[in-house]
Amino acid sequence: MEFRLYLLQRITALIMAPLVICHIAVMIYAIQGGLSAGEILGRTQGSVPWAMFYGTFVVAVSVHAALGLRIIVREWVGLDGIVLTGFSWATFWGLLSMGGYAVAAVVVGP
Amino acid sequence: MTYRNRAHPLWYAYILHRISGLALALFLPMHFYVLSLAFNEAALDAALAWTANPMVKFAEFGLVFLLAVHFFGGLRLLALEWLPWTPRHKTLAAGAVAASFLVSGTFFLQAI
Amino acid sequence: MTTAQDHMQVTVWRGGADEAGFYQAFQVPKYDSQTVLDVVAWIQQNADPTLSYRFACRVGMCGSCGMMVNGVPRWTCRTHVDRVMDRGGLKIAPLRNLPVIKDLATNMDPFFDKWTQAGGLHHGTATRHDPFEPVTHSSPGRADADAGIECINCAVCYAACDTVTGDPDYLGPAALNRAWTLVNDAKDGSRDAILDAVTGSGGCQSCHSMGSCAQYCPNELNPMASIAGLKRTAMKRAFRGR
Repeated sequence: MEFRLYLLQRITALIMAPLVICHIAVMIYAIQGGLSAGEILGRTQGSVPWAMFYGTFVVAVSVHAALGLRIIVREWVGLDGIVLTGFSWATFWGLLSMGGYAVAAVVVGP
Repeated sequence: MTYRNRAHPLWYAYILHRISGLALALFLPMHFYVLSLAFNEAALDAALAWTANPMVKFAEFGLVFLLAVHFFGGLRLLALEWLPWTPRHKTLAAGAVAASFLVSGTFFLQAI
Repeated sequence: MTTAQDHMQVTVWRGGADEAGFYQAFQVPKYDSQTVLDVVAWIQQNADPTLSYRFACRVGMCGSCGMMVNGVPRWTCRTHVDRVMDRGGLKIAPLRNLPVIKDLATNMDPFFDKWTQAGGLHHGTATRHDPFEPVTHSSPGRADADAGIECINCAVCYAACDTVTGDPDYLGPAALNRAWTLVNDAKDGSRDAILDAVTGSGGCQSCHSMGSCAQYCPNELNPMASIAGLKRTAMKRAFRGR
């Protein structure tokens, strides 16, 4: 089980590698001249490709961050057993729901 | 004095990777919250008005640095674990930090 | 023996399994080519006979004399005082990550238990009537095994590793290094059982590659590379459906 979680951690990392490159590139482009809602929505609103891009990103990061935090609280805080499992699932669902809502917001728009 | 066993390059690479991951994980909920304001354009613009502040720009530079260092460091770890062994990991770790400064520095210069 | 020059301040951790520990200071005469083991022995023989410590060969081949010296795990018989002296002082403590029996002697049971838990036994396949396995030094698996077999179980890597500190289940660098040598050993018949053992709780997936094991191994072994090899092998096996 632990080894499968390790594989999941690495696989989500691989999935996110090209997404991170693209995201940083877009941020370097977008930050020029300041940020505005209009500029962001002009890109993302109604866009299926951006929905898929950020949707994939959110699912992958929810798994990756939940697993990463799991290791940290186990080694540095000492959580274990059912408390650790509960924490991990809570982190995953928390990030997935907030992230999913954010993707919906920029794709659907005002 | 008691924990001198940590004063070597690959240990610093490990702690940087862990701290950057932790910081990014803590930042994400805030990031998702701000973006979810997009349902109301005026609300999003009000929140984005904060980003004109130079302190915020510097914080954004820090965040991009953390993301880049976690990304490049992560690639190094994937190479360490999945590709044939190379003795060059201290060099790769240093290269990861250098590349992160390059990327986040580029961002910062565009931001200011 | 050369004449003593001046003295140095040496603080030594004292305590037992059930008592709170404390650091006790001694003034120890300096000599040329003095090792940390020489210092500990001088203290026990001349200053405080109740000091407990462990050593055997005193020439760097048995691994018994491992201790924390100024925060770093070392073989004390091979550590010259002038190489590690810190602002005129030495701080000596029992190896980290292991339960203490008394003073500088630690209980090595958890270390050896994890060694066997990771599969560190020989799993024979043949009888005396069978021809023996032709092991060639040039096969790539043998090269990987040879790189790791000089381990003498001194627990310096185990003491250096912060993942061992944070995760009591973690098998540790030495046990996993040994498992890797067996996975690459043509004579060993239990490759799959070993891979199961090193991917269970506390297995190779827990390693964060911080590299303190390789940094401080007195035999210059690289458990971090061995553990990476285990991860690679276990991953390939997992994708083939095991």
